[in-house]
Amino acid sequence: MKVLIKVTVNNRVHEVEVEPRLLLVGLLREELGLTGTKIGCDTSQCGACVVRMNGATVKSCTCLAVQADGAEITTIEGLAQNGDLHPVQEAFWDNHGLQCGFCTAGMIMTVTELLERNPKPSAQEVRDGLKGNICRCTGYHNIVKAALAAAEAMGG
Amino acid sequence: MTTRLFGSGIRRREDPRLITGQSTYTDDIKLTGMVHAAILRSPHAHARIASIDTSAAQGAPGVLGVYTGADTDGVLNPIPCAWVVPDSDVKTVAHPAMAKDIVRYVGDAVAVVVAENRYQAEDALELIDVAYSPLPAVVNPEEALQSGAPQLHEDAPNNQAFHWAIPGEGTDAAFESAEVVVKDRIRQQKLIPNAIEPRSAVASWQSANKELTLWSTSQNPHIARFLTCLVTGLTENKVRVIAPEVGGGFGSKTPVYADEMIATYCTMQLGRPVKWTETRTENYQATVHGRDHVEYVEMAATREGRITGLRTVVYAGMGAYLSTAATGIPTILHGLMYSGPYDIPNIKTDVYGVFTTTTPVDLYRGAGRPEATFLVERLVDLLAAEVGKDPVEVRRLNLIPKFDNGHDVAAGLTYDSGDYETTMDVALAKVDYPQLRQEQAHQREHGSYIGIGVTTYCEICGLGPSQVAGAVGFGGGLWESATIRITPTGKVSAAVGVNPHGQGENTTFAQLLADELGVSIDDIDIIYGDTDNTPMGWGTYGSRTTPVGGSAVVLSARKIIEKAKIIAAHLLEAAEADIEFADGKFSVRGSPDQNKTFQDVALMANLAWNMPEGVEPGLEATTYYDPPNFTYPFGTHIAVVQIDPDNGHIVLQRYLAVDDCGPQINPMIVEGQVHGGVVQGAGQVLWEGAVYDDNGQLLTGSMLDYALPRAHLVPDVETFSTVTPSPTNPLGVKGIGETGTIASTITIYNAVIDALRPLGVTTLEMPLTPERVWRAIHQQG
Repeated sequence: MKVLIKVTVNNRVHEVEVEPRLLLVGLLREELGLTGTKIGCDTSQCGACVVRMNGATVKSCTCLAVQADGAEITTIEGLAQNGDLHPVQEAFWDNHGLQCGFCTAGMIMTVTELLERNPKPSAQEVRDGLKGNICRCTGYHNIVKAALAAAEAMGG
Repeated sequence: MTTRLFGSGIRRREDPRLITGQSTYTDDIKLTGMVHAAILRSPHAHARIASIDTSAAQGAPGVLGVYTGADTDGVLNPIPCAWVVPDSDVKTVAHPAMAKDIVRYVGDAVAVVVAENRYQAEDALELIDVAYSPLPAVVNPEEALQSGAPQLHEDAPNNQAFHWAIPGEGTDAAFESAEVVVKDRIRQQKLIPNAIEPRSAVASWQSANKELTLWSTSQNPHIARFLTCLVTGLTENKVRVIAPEVGGGFGSKTPVYADEMIATYCTMQLGRPVKWTETRTENYQATVHGRDHVEYVEMAATREGRITGLRTVVYAGMGAYLSTAATGIPTILHGLMYSGPYDIPNIKTDVYGVFTTTTPVDLYRGAGRPEATFLVERLVDLLAAEVGKDPVEVRRLNLIPKFDNGHDVAAGLTYDSGDYETTMDVALAKVDYPQLRQEQAHQREHGSYIGIGVTTYCEICGLGPSQVAGAVGFGGGLWESATIRITPTGKVSAAVGVNPHGQGENTTFAQLLADELGVSIDDIDIIYGDTDNTPMGWGTYGSRTTPVGGSAVVLSARKIIEKAKIIAAHLLEAAEADIEFADGKFSVRGSPDQNKTFQDVALMANLAWNMPEGVEPGLEATTYYDPPNFTYPFGTHIAVVQIDPDNGHIVLQRYLAVDDCGPQINPMIVEGQVHGGVVQGAGQVLWEGAVYDDNGQLLTGSMLDYALPRAHLVPDVETFSTVTPSPTNPLGVKGIGETGTIASTITIYNAVIDALRPLGVTTLEMPLTPERVWRAIHQQG
């Protein structure tokens, strides 16, 4: 049995028939071809799969596609506008906030939400806000630096 | 004058695709007709397979094929061990891609299902009925070597995989006559590497031409091709291995694995591209682990604190089979580094490689050297406590004095260059060490426990001379390659045999080339990761990519300029000896107006309308660079921890690293390597550990159970450096990818013990969980 859902992803409306058990990350990666969102752990721990759903961050590896019916989703592919990088993307680039890049989409999506909630975070608030995202390469140092630089750039 | 890019912390060229989600990792690949494999793994650590019934799975929706060890037996050769350390009686036991008769660890592959999609493949796995007769498990390497322990392999009596020794004549006598001896038992717990990208493979067989293309999460595609051929019987000219974007490796993506070979078998059976991607739980079971030593270590010294000998017995767990580089890690990469930065006259060790019913062990960031640094630095701290001196003073007493070009140490290595005391003094000054000790004393008076750990380390990397590789049983060379091609418009493509996967050589190699060739960095393309369009090379591990691969790049660039000079001289009607090259222009000495740009020469070389006699058209050069020695980076790290004696909680307050990797091509990238390495090493001492129960079940089987460093648990890492060039390569650089991990575990460990010593705690087993710390404090009463 398949279920018809309607989701808006990066401002584009999709009507898709999905298996009820299909995960949101599966919808994005397999059905819609948006492979920028990654699967790292399958258990909501690493945060590589974080996307924005109706503004909130969700771990798309533990959210069913059917739960996204009617929702507005933003993925890493939808962050840059008219070819201009989002300030958080720019800050990650400027501050060497990534190495292998696999956790990066989730990190950037998480930081965008964090800065909307708290435009002027302290370093410790950034670190606390990244509890749900694991990076094995950077030791977090430059990710925190990037988040703070983005806050500055966004006028926080 | 063009700005030199060597030394400039420019932002990375690889980042735009990574921060926009446009990069392609293996699991992102989708091929026409592609189907999906899922692998059934043993739930038992050790068992005899009585029977396997796949009939229900065969008929499940979407299923295209189900295969077991009975199918692959005799078709796929055993998974090879590619490092057989000589004079060590190595038992290279057979490692079948899929177990047919006996499973030897939880995660051993027993069957594979291929279906139209992954959900269907996973569903069908559950329909396979395997009857197991469980056998006893053994998970601790020291226990596995005892008589009466469960036996894994008939051809490895007592589970002994090898015995390697440094006989260290004179060491026993040094201990007998020693004024002071300190000793400890160290458990280097088993670690799970945890690259955030799980392993993945897409295997595609074209039956008409009998050609295989294998996309694989590999740190070393050329080695992967070589070993894939050994397993499948295919020849190298018919196998193309592509490692696209690779999401971290830390050593765990160097070996050849059964899974990729199983995917290859499946595509050859079905004639359709097959994708296999591990889950995180599979990653924990079937991707290699690191460390896993039980060590008995002791140090002999004078009453003054001068080290006279080091003696160890090491039981190194290999897991159930010998993975690709397993035997070299606790031996060549460990025992030979027992001198660290110290002048230690006598060194003796016996290292036993031991099979256990656990996931195989292989390279994991630092691989052997963190363990060596740990035990040496642990003993130095114990020695300082024993002779009643500050740990820094004991280190100062034993450090090898500054040297620029070669220093022999007792274990037989020749270090390249070192200035250990300077890095130590820089680090001590940065933290204001005397003030820090005063603060510690002050806090103790008020019942607050802070601890200070100081490590002086030296490590071996930049692997390495191929002749040495051969002499120590490494089944490959350790040179590197670069082919540079110049297009008619003067654009540069450099294809290299290494395979960076986060370390940033797409940027640093381009910096080198921009300087050497005088072209814009935007005109340079670095190509890697595909055996079809890169020259043979041995890959990215052992902090070798820049010292060895970067040297090949620079030497090729110099060959390009040599040839271009000949062409420019011809075009300018000048003698070649009179041609100068600077800022992208070839000019006649004394007449700078008479010149040809690099682009002019590139065009004329490619058109070949007017070449000097005997000079071939084109502008291209290849270098195979084999370094004359390894590189030996070094440094001093300092950690400050605070311990809450009421609950055993450790806070890592401060971490400072002063490292010397020679001149830095891109300091921003160097710092990033140190930050990450330090936190990875912090993970071992504070949180991480693969825990098995007595039945060989991996209790830390997911990220829910295996504790990794997270952002809120660690401080910023303060980084500083000194510059001591290496005489072993044309860049003077040393590897920096592993130093953080090599130094940080013991630095933090020693800081914790330093804090706890007044409470009577002098030893603890890692990871230093609050419970362990609390119990240790309270057992002291």
